[in-house]
Amino acid sequence: MAQFKSPADLARTRQRIISRRARKRFIAINASGTCGLAYGSDQVFQAFVAEIERQGLTEQVGVRATGCLGFCENSPIAIIFPEEISYFRVKPSDVPEIVSKTLAGKKLVNRLLYKDGNGKKIVREGEIPFYKHQSRIVFGNNRLIDPKSIDDYIALGGYSALSKALFEMSPEEVVETVKRANLRGRGGGGFPTGKKWETTRNAPGEIKFVIVNADEGDPGAYMDRSLLEGNPHSVLEGLIIGAYAIGSHEGYVYVRQEYPLAVENLFIALNQAREYGLLGKNIIGSGFNFDVAIHRGAGAFVSGESSALMTAIEGRVGEPRPKYIRTAVSGIRERPSNLNNVETWATVPLIISKGADWFTSIGTAESKGTKIFSLVGKVNNTGLVEVPMGMTLREIIYDIGGGIRQGKKFKAVQTGGPSGGCLPESLIDIPVDFDELTKVGSMMGSGGMIVMDEDDCMVDVARYFLTFLAEESCGKCIPCREGIRQMLHILIRICDGQGQTGDIELLEELSEVIQDASLCALGTTAPNPVLSTIRNFRDEYEEHVKERRCPSGVCKALISYYIQPERCQACLLCLRECPVGAITGGKNLVHVIDQDKCTKCGTCLEVCPPRFAAVLILSGEPVPAAPPQGTKVERTKGTQQ
Amino acid sequence: MKKVQKVTLTINKREVRAKEGMTILEAARDAGIHIPTLCYHEKLATYGACRLCTVEISRNGRTQLVTACVYPADDGLVVKTDSPRLTKIRKMLLELMLASSPAKTIQGLAQQYGVAKPRFEAKKTNCILCGLCVRYCNEIKQANAIGFVGRGTERRVVFFPEIASTVCASCRECFSLCPTGKLPSETDGVCFDDLTLEDFLSTKQAKV
Repeated sequence: MAQFKSPADLARTRQRIISRRARKRFIAINASGTCGLAYGSDQVFQAFVAEIERQGLTEQVGVRATGCLGFCENSPIAIIFPEEISYFRVKPSDVPEIVSKTLAGKKLVNRLLYKDGNGKKIVREGEIPFYKHQSRIVFGNNRLIDPKSIDDYIALGGYSALSKALFEMSPEEVVETVKRANLRGRGGGGFPTGKKWETTRNAPGEIKFVIVNADEGDPGAYMDRSLLEGNPHSVLEGLIIGAYAIGSHEGYVYVRQEYPLAVENLFIALNQAREYGLLGKNIIGSGFNFDVAIHRGAGAFVSGESSALMTAIEGRVGEPRPKYIRTAVSGIRERPSNLNNVETWATVPLIISKGADWFTSIGTAESKGTKIFSLVGKVNNTGLVEVPMGMTLREIIYDIGGGIRQGKKFKAVQTGGPSGGCLPESLIDIPVDFDELTKVGSMMGSGGMIVMDEDDCMVDVARYFLTFLAEESCGKCIPCREGIRQMLHILIRICDGQGQTGDIELLEELSEVIQDASLCALGTTAPNPVLSTIRNFRDEYEEHVKERRCPSGVCKALISYYIQPERCQACLLCLRECPVGAITGGKNLVHVIDQDKCTKCGTCLEVCPPRFAAVLILSGEPVPAAPPQGTKVERTKGTQQ
Repeated sequence: MKKVQKVTLTINKREVRAKEGMTILEAARDAGIHIPTLCYHEKLATYGACRLCTVEISRNGRTQLVTACVYPADDGLVVKTDSPRLTKIRKMLLELMLASSPAKTIQGLAQQYGVAKPRFEAKKTNCILCGLCVRYCNEIKQANAIGFVGRGTERRVVFFPEIASTVCASCRECFSLCPTGKLPSETDGVCFDDLTLEDFLSTKQAKV
């Protein structure tokens, strides 16, 4: 492939790719995304390739291994274009039927279609409720792109934004456009991107750096991973545009080593971009030079903090710097360094192509555009969702997420990862944007959204996040290291039923100092999971401390499992499954849990058939005396064994 | 040579002249104003870990908490080195340190800020991880015989036997820097098991 020497070269190549594919249908399988691969989508992909060849359809149908398609839990997913016929949970054995019925013929394979809550089958992707309420402007191209193919990206107009920036706009105009679009950082803080660019652009010094922050590490979040895996060129194009705007000729992608597929696809993308003359010297013949190196992170959450990330790139231990000078002015090797998150960079080409006005037409007054969330936890539909800023939590959880699993009661939604907070039902109607979430004591963060139901204990949730932070703090400054250590101590004590009067207040006191005195943002936001759960669920904390009761039945030290003798049908299931042999009884004999032996693993509750529902979790009340040994069961009508 | 510019700032309502490029801490000390520190050393690069030197600054009507050992003494800056909020912070920091390091220096400071008995429990490590020894060995001696290992609450200081066994016996300069007095008396960490540094140095042989 010859290098592009002018915008016309790029446009011609694009036309050629499009016309070559013009009359071809294609089928997308999420076989280049970790979520799909975990479900075996690569085998489905291989099966399609083989079967299409066997049925002689290679000329008519292309097969594309795409990245994450959002609805991960239904993987492997196959979408047939242009009709957007969507098949879910496809097995390799389904493939011959799909090819002969849907690709060779015009029939559907009904059993693989999406079924909504009422059992109605839905054919087209865009009509499925999970997708219908989204606006996938950044993430949507994942389904049209094989991330290992730059041609797929170019066919969609890829790199035309770069071409436009280089040939039709001055660097100042690019900065101005991003400023006018009011794009705010998608990595957590929501700092205005254009302003940051301007700071680095105006900072003194010839050498400047631009960096992609792909050190995503919030538990349960995988937006950046899926973008890098599924559409690496969009991130790269944004980065090159930013470099041009800022006046930088060297860039870095700081990506976690734990994201092997993202690293692989990124390397391929960089090499392809270099081959096409989109990276390196004289990009598209514009005279602008820029290249990128990949820095693989060794797995420290704190390295996502800007100064720690830059210290790590310098080859030292990734610890935050104590300096009060922004990395935008003095970053890598004390040069001005502009750091933006993966999703922020991927949004840039769209703004340049479609204009600032288009972008500001989406979203709320102060938060423009869309945001990708990883919607996980106790919702019916889990996956990656992209919604316009300002959509309410309720719409995301109920319209897209399909509500709470098993008809249980919503309790809280955690946003913003370990720096964020838990919001209760009373706040579920707030519009999701940077400022609204901060106002109620949580934050946007990088886009984690964990939904919790009545079975989740909020003290336990706080304990979980503090455990994470105790491991992930760098340990340098006293308030963060020692403060988190002590907060975690207290939380463990409360969960263990050893909570003391004054513990809740002590947590609050510690929180205040950790927020005020910590060196970096990991520390100053570390108390948020604790403070937000105390603020919104204080009674739960008090029940743990004062009544030694865990109302959600989670904290092992505060609960007992109990088999109700009048409901037990002596089916022997729990008796056999109990891993510690704590259940006595027998055929026709009521089963009884030996409380001294019980390890509270919950297996008995899990295996007890719902029609008996004999096992209860008790908390804050004594376990009733066991019936005398050898008590026979009372048979309930219709449940004869 | 470029003439050093002077700046004027206000510390505790007193006008203080300082050289440009100084930190608030340096400016304050020059003017005889005390700000407590534990991890600061004039010969070492600023570190900002103990946070005891946190002060309040205000500019353009905004108040902000910063560490005096790092923040530059800018012209026109208004600094408060003591306030109820700062006392609260220092008191808590000392209480946290005291839980693991009941050394005299820490106790003295703690008493000064009214910490009686810490409400926290922690393993007695006698080390507050101020990093003075590590930084001194690295920056001044350039020997790198001692360093940090571990992250978060697992962070600790260890001697690296292969280097320590050759350089530490004749140096021991880091001992006098240690604010808790841990260094001369004991060391812990993966390299030493139960050996004290003295034991270690007397055998002159690394037991890894």
